[in-house]
Amino acid sequence: MFPGQLAGRTDAIAPGEVVFNTSLTGYQEILTDPSYAGQIVTLTAPQIGNYGVTALDDEASRPWVAGLVVRELSANYCNWRADSSLTDYLERHGIACIDGVDTRKLTRYIRSEGAMRAAIGPEELGVDEILKTVREHPSMAGLDLTRVVTTSEPYEVAPRGDPRFRVAVYDFGVKRRSLQLLAARGCALTVYPATTPVETVHAAEPDGIFLTNGPGDPGAVPGVEALVKSLAEVGTPTFGICLGHQLLARGFGAETFKLLYGHRGGNHPVKDLSSGQVEITSQNHGFAVQTEGEEVPGAPGLVVTHMNLNDRTLEGLRHRELPILAVQYHPESAPGPHDSRYLFDGFVEIMEKRRARA
Amino acid sequence: MPKREDIRSVLLLGSGPIVIGQACEFDYSGTQAVRALREEGYRVILVNSNPATIMTDPDLADATYIEPLTPEWVERVIERERPDALLPTMGGQVGLNVSLELYDSGILEKYDVELIGADARAIRLAEDREEFAEAMRRIGLEVPHGGFAHSMEEALAVAEIAGFPAIVRPSFTLGGTGGGIAYNREEFETVARTGLDASPIGEILIDKSVIGWKEYELEVMRDHADNVVIVCSIENFDAMGVHTGDSITVAPAMTLSDREYQVLRDGAIACIREIGVAAGGCNIQFAVNPDSGEVLVIEMNPRVSRSSALASKATGFPIARIGTKLAVGYRLDELPNAITLKTPASFEPVLDYVVVKVPRFAFEKFPSADPTLSVQMKAVGEVMAIGRTFKEAWMKGFRALENGRDGWEIGDSLTDDGLEADDRETLLAALRRPTADRPFQLKRALRTGLSTEDLYEASRIDRWFLEQLRDLVEAEEHYASLDEATREATWEMKRLGYGDAHLGRLRGEGEAAVRRRRWEWGMHPSYKMVDTCAGEFPAATPYLYSTYEEENESAPSERRKVVVLGSGPNRIGQGVEFDYCCVSAAFALAEEGFETIMVNSNPETVSTDFDVSDKLYFEPLTLENVLEIVHLEGPEGVVVQMGGQTPLKLASALRDLGVAVLGTSVDAIDRAEDRERFEALARQLDIAQPANGLATSEAQAIEVAGRIGYPVLVRPSYVLGGRAMEIVYDEESLKGYFARAVRASPEHPVLIDRFLEDAFEADVDAVCDGDEVLVGGVMQHIEDAGIHSGDSACVVPPYLLRDEHVDQMKAHTRALARELGVVGLINVQFAVKDGIVYVLEVNPRASRTVPFLSKATGVPLARLAARLMAGRKLSEFELRPNGEVQGVAVKESVFPFDKLAGVDALLGPEMRSTGEVMGIADSFGLAIAKAQVAAGNPLPMSGRVVVTVHDQDKANVTPIARRFHELGFEVWATSGTAKYLRGRGVPAQSVLKVHEGRPNIVDHLISGEIDLLINTPLGKHAQFDDYAIRRAAIQHRVPYTTTLSGASALCDAVIGLRHRKLQVMSLQDRAQRAAVSV
Repeated sequence: MFPGQLAGRTDAIAPGEVVFNTSLTGYQEILTDPSYAGQIVTLTAPQIGNYGVTALDDEASRPWVAGLVVRELSANYCNWRADSSLTDYLERHGIACIDGVDTRKLTRYIRSEGAMRAAIGPEELGVDEILKTVREHPSMAGLDLTRVVTTSEPYEVAPRGDPRFRVAVYDFGVKRRSLQLLAARGCALTVYPATTPVETVHAAEPDGIFLTNGPGDPGAVPGVEALVKSLAEVGTPTFGICLGHQLLARGFGAETFKLLYGHRGGNHPVKDLSSGQVEITSQNHGFAVQTEGEEVPGAPGLVVTHMNLNDRTLEGLRHRELPILAVQYHPESAPGPHDSRYLFDGFVEIMEKRRARA
Repeated sequence: MPKREDIRSVLLLGSGPIVIGQACEFDYSGTQAVRALREEGYRVILVNSNPATIMTDPDLADATYIEPLTPEWVERVIERERPDALLPTMGGQVGLNVSLELYDSGILEKYDVELIGADARAIRLAEDREEFAEAMRRIGLEVPHGGFAHSMEEALAVAEIAGFPAIVRPSFTLGGTGGGIAYNREEFETVARTGLDASPIGEILIDKSVIGWKEYELEVMRDHADNVVIVCSIENFDAMGVHTGDSITVAPAMTLSDREYQVLRDGAIACIREIGVAAGGCNIQFAVNPDSGEVLVIEMNPRVSRSSALASKATGFPIARIGTKLAVGYRLDELPNAITLKTPASFEPVLDYVVVKVPRFAFEKFPSADPTLSVQMKAVGEVMAIGRTFKEAWMKGFRALENGRDGWEIGDSLTDDGLEADDRETLLAALRRPTADRPFQLKRALRTGLSTEDLYEASRIDRWFLEQLRDLVEAEEHYASLDEATREATWEMKRLGYGDAHLGRLRGEGEAAVRRRRWEWGMHPSYKMVDTCAGEFPAATPYLYSTYEEENESAPSERRKVVVLGSGPNRIGQGVEFDYCCVSAAFALAEEGFETIMVNSNPETVSTDFDVSDKLYFEPLTLENVLEIVHLEGPEGVVVQMGGQTPLKLASALRDLGVAVLGTSVDAIDRAEDRERFEALARQLDIAQPANGLATSEAQAIEVAGRIGYPVLVRPSYVLGGRAMEIVYDEESLKGYFARAVRASPEHPVLIDRFLEDAFEADVDAVCDGDEVLVGGVMQHIEDAGIHSGDSACVVPPYLLRDEHVDQMKAHTRALARELGVVGLINVQFAVKDGIVYVLEVNPRASRTVPFLSKATGVPLARLAARLMAGRKLSEFELRPNGEVQGVAVKESVFPFDKLAGVDALLGPEMRSTGEVMGIADSFGLAIAKAQVAAGNPLPMSGRVVVTVHDQDKANVTPIARRFHELGFEVWATSGTAKYLRGRGVPAQSVLKVHEGRPNIVDHLISGEIDLLINTPLGKHAQFDDYAIRRAAIQHRVPYTTTLSGASALCDAVIGLRHRKLQVMSLQDRAQRAAVSV
């Protein structure tokens, strides 16, 4: 039990998996990141809301978090870009928030006990009632949330400047910034619902396929084997991030597992094994791909390209023969550092190569 | 890339004396660098002229040279030691400038010494504002530069384009020395001329005004493999226009969205790459337009800085240590995060708390100085506070400041807050001009209900911060209005950072009452860790701060433990020397088997490095905060005698609350400090004292002074650094003193001593185990009596004292120490007049001279004292005979007169120096010459000396003038003195006084025709003439002295430099030689 004051939606119990994010900035991007669907996010940065919110910083059309836990929600804000306060925004979108919590205690608890089911609820409903909701809430393992967050209809995103490539985006919970970064590199995008059959995509003959980030357990997303098999056959350049990365790995035979408390923040060091460079990355994942050293058991076709230096977990893969790249973290950042933007260039490069060969 | 094997020895430069803009943060960085290099097995050669530092402890480096930090002297060290590499980035601007000069003059090449960390090209690119601007444009970043100027004509031309207000920044100076803001053409001419004079290359930059923009700093690190991390972002509470050293600053940045922050981050990374800092840290300053987000780069420091010290303490990421390891070849990912030990250093720290730094000023010491905060730094120290929120950290910061207020409280009167009225217009006018009083003026403005918009328009302080402060004001108004201070209400106030004393005042009760009630509720702070990772990983290093939360992370061990209380913010009279003593105590007590627990609030210090003690509490040094730590930890005792006045003034309160004070008893301290008890003590031991008395009113003071006879020395009881201490020559001046300086009362009496004119003064430091006494040495003051001991130069062994007097001083010291039952350190001040040794003062605690004396004699007094406090006896140690020095050591003081416009350079009984240097050599002349050079007073080897002295000094100045004449100097003097000198066979040419027409002395000083000025004050009524002369000398950097003894010593120094080789010797070699000769 962590007492605090309710903000945002205050009349109902909001259950979810409680996790923590250590980013110092970017609460709005975190709230609207579809990968947080079903999760109650604890922000370790103690003062939240200082610079308000602006429509420009939404990563999706609505906030996706199940709830927000903060040490101090700022009633006041000041920033030339802001158009409303975070408090108003949470209320408007019906997001439950608990303020005044010893978030460090909670974070240390999650660190040792793992990300777990929890709920934010009004005291007057009674602790038992809240606990009951928590117990009835499904655990994250085995949960496919991509259907919840994906687009219902396909849509197009125009490239900036002349179109150079046509890219099919499988939307498992895409963030706007990813689309903007691809569009900025001359990619004409078609964003498909997560359930779109592979044939539909192939029929459109894209130059590349982008498998997006998304929430939930990669082991619970159906149709992965078929997707990957057909990729392998056609050889379309493919780029996966986060959930997209995990799905690719699983498609080639790798296993995924749930991390104790995941990686969520903007300061994780990741090493690019080919260059030896370390990049500071934006991270948001609760599951990871199983590795043994630099090998991926069950997936001999995959090569480890990136490694997390904090806990030596897998951060990036490529295929030995096929034009496939994938990273576990978030090169689109939003929020977080821009060190890994080169990966989008890498994707464009493999599309260029493929075109040159054809 | 592991460490380099092709270098074996590294030369490290310190930053020299503490001055405004360059304080003990470079002791912190240098000490970390020495330790980091030695850990890797390199031979470390250190040069620093500042003996008060921890880095110059002979235990640290392999070869420690206390020598002047000039290219000439450092070359001698290079010649002797032949280091493979020079690390230029740890010694502040001084270290960097000297390194660059050594490079430019080919000395490094001659001796095959490689610059590591940052090469000459990178240093120049970053330091030369014109080249820097060019480099920034190459990477698409904008700078606010209007343009550069090398003459007044050029400057005016640039100002035409840049417009007003314009900011003038001289190239290659530290702490913004010589810079300023001009609001109109007239001001601009003055500011530009000052700037051109201050820049060693005669270059100024005229910036477009970005006054009122938001100001940020990013601390960046880069390794040889081009990996870059941002260690910390810092946001200035005060908008652009106030030097960052004078600003209240906050970490992390509080009011930037991720979009905006990433623009700064990208810019900072591009900047360090373009400038080419190969391996190490740098600090980059940005201005951000609050209305449009437009970003400008202000400057970059390609070295560790005050901000990087703050960032290290704010995050737990040891920038200097890591920077040093990077410089010798490591990559960031090869180094462990020093706090988690399990994760690498190639990451960016995240904070789950807020840090506030508050500068500490010393305007009370310089009433005539302009208190406006501008681009030239004026703060003498700072505190840092950590809280879970900005509000809590803010309140803790003001509690830590030790300014006589119990936190962010308005003064008792408007004048205390620099105001004449508190109507809307007056308040807004005051807020427009940043001063040290502004935070308190803000509080008054908030209380009177001025709107945030009004406050913002006046102060340009971000509205978010203003709203935070408004929250505090509203919370305390609410608390004050409650019928009862309930548990819940108290808890909320504690969470906002209010101390018990402040809470008590809000409701008209005492601190003790609030504490008692709180303790009855079981309401204690919880301690949280600074762990670099916001709790994501377990921390191995207990670096803690207090807050009021649910979970306490500080688990007391079962070990025997002691708490060492640090010295708080640096101020005049209490600086790095006390940090040296605290750190020495921590090291020694650890060796004695204790768990050591350090408490301090000063982020610049070595003591607040988390690896100096077993446990570090970064806390205000108030009774409340110390009591809570003692309550939790249950130590065997608390060390109060190492940190100066800060811990000492807590001693009796701690004792009264049942806390054991280690070493000398609180009663003994009181016996030495209390005037009446001390007089009885001296009488009992048959030690002479100047006639003295105590007055609780002005009338009584006049009576006492009349009885003991003028001149008298007057001062309030319990003072630091001679605060408000004056020599008074007659009753009229005594009345003036009361009107101006003090209010006497029965609780705060004024002490009146007969002033011993023309006496010799000396300081003695000793250690005592309760029975045995070891005298560290007798240090004779070079300046005459009446000049504060902290400001006077001194020499050990004494050069003009008779042996019998020296022996008597030692005997008196022994007797006093035994009688007081001193366990630890004791300092005694003596004066000799007419063959009688008088005791002036006894301080049974660490003194300012302890580190100097320890380095001069090789006896580590502070460490020894700590061991005695732990119960050891002197007889258990093998020590060299009392007070033995190999050669001669001179301590010289360094003053802030060049930083504070409008201040007279005259010395007196009120201490005004900020730092010190030491010259050590085999002869007095060379030792004093080294001290002068190190203090930044270049010695003229020939040329023109001008003498203008008080009538009474004419006889005594004659032999000095004669010696200068014999040395080949041309002697000029004001007409009376010139005639007097000529009459005694010294050819002297007359020169006009200021009021006698032109060209006069000041004109000659300005036009560079004078090489040395000897100017003694013209009696008690100092005249404008003298003041103008001394200011001209300071501004145009003409060496000067205001005392005859100083002049005589300068003469010795010139002879010393002329006739002897520039000989250098490490402390270790000196000790070796001493051991052989014993």
